Amino acid sequence: MSGLNGVLERLGGRATSSIHRLGFASRFLLLTLRNSGMCFRRFSLVIREIYFAGVLSLIIILVSGLFVGMVLGLQGYDTLVRYGSSSALGVLVALSLVRELGPVVAGLLFASRAGSAITAEIGLMKATEQLAAMEMMAVDPIARVIAPRFWAGVISMPLLAAMFSGMGVFGGYLVGVQLIGVDAGSFWSQMQDSVDFSEDILNGVIKSVVFGIAVTWIAVFEGYDAPPTAEGVSGATTRTVVTSSLSILALDFMLTAFMFRGA
Amino acid sequence: MMNRKALDLWVGVFVAIGLGALLFLALKVGNLASFSAAETYLVKANFDNIGGLKKRAPVKSAGVVVGRVEDIVFDTENYEAMVAFSIEKRYEFPKDTSAKILTAGLLGEQYIGLAAGGDTAKLKGGDKLKITQSAVVLENLISQFLFNKAADGGKETK
Repeated sequence: MSGLNGVLERLGGRATSSIHRLGFASRFLLLTLRNSGMCFRRFSLVIREIYFAGVLSLIIILVSGLFVGMVLGLQGYDTLVRYGSSSALGVLVALSLVRELGPVVAGLLFASRAGSAITAEIGLMKATEQLAAMEMMAVDPIARVIAPRFWAGVISMPLLAAMFSGMGVFGGYLVGVQLIGVDAGSFWSQMQDSVDFSEDILNGVIKSVVFGIAVTWIAVFEGYDAPPTAEGVSGATTRTVVTSSLSILALDFMLTAFMFRGA
Repeated sequence: MMNRKALDLWVGVFVAIGLGALLFLALKVGNLASFSAAETYLVKANFDNIGGLKKRAPVKSAGVVVGRVEDIVFDTENYEAMVAFSIEKRYEFPKDTSAKILTAGLLGEQYIGLAAGGDTAKLKGGDKLKITQSAVVLENLISQFLFNKAADGGKETK
């Protein structure tokens, strides 16, 4: 009987602690937003973080985009040619990239490339008491450290997703048109016929902005909340990647359900 | 630590590539370029059956896209579908133009095809097309075909 009680106790403890963390995370997001005035007045702070979050993720995003597009081209052709509609390859590649794969895969890569780095950096700053030192010097660490990283992530993510989609379409073109020999005219014209600017492209951009907010929010929060030890920082980095990847996929399902309800 | 100038340069390059990719998506992948801001006028038409026609489907005449379907509603007065579509101002049509719902290919998307009549008066915004032809519903075609077959079969056995 006492064993069951222990299990229940642990279960309840875990539930309350995760609700505590959710509450703290929400308060933390509000605090970050309220203290972001300074990083827009000193925009060089944000620029430095865009360099670390965005520019350094450029290679992995562009290369993965190219390969995902090329795979889509090959697999899409293989399926479409059975129905004699290989000219719709451009539509398939562009729609799957712009609507889903671009924002989602770019978001997952961004979470593991940039999100983990943000968490580790902030966690180490906390462990080495740099954040406490800032507070001693009457510098708000949230305005000076957290907000610039948050906004840099929110700005970088849609740009990275757009690059991923653009590169993917180019990869699909390389494989479909240059390698397999689908007609270039029908590839582009059918694509332009069925990809709608507001319906598909803008919705993709909205998705990537939402993912950017989610990933950087989780990353800065996990860093700020990390226990100031070596294991604490490593655990927080792992949690950032796991939590943000799962939230990207869950959010993607919800956004897709809202945006493309077969209308 | 990298100096400020180099940092700004790299971030500038990054943002430029990102915006370039967005522009590429909008102009080359999407239809923003063909989705011109040309002025249009709205024309209505009633159909017995619109099949699978959807909003934003193209309106074509002689195969050229001249407009888009704007709205589809069910008209409760005569139990027909009322389709409103916009035509670009530079394309003028006679008043007795007829509209058909056609299908691109065997299983493709459906669109409205306009065939010009011989009237000298031109269509204006808000006009209603009088001559329309509904979408072909595959099931009806098949059942017609089967009925004919059955009728033929009956004759042969006699």
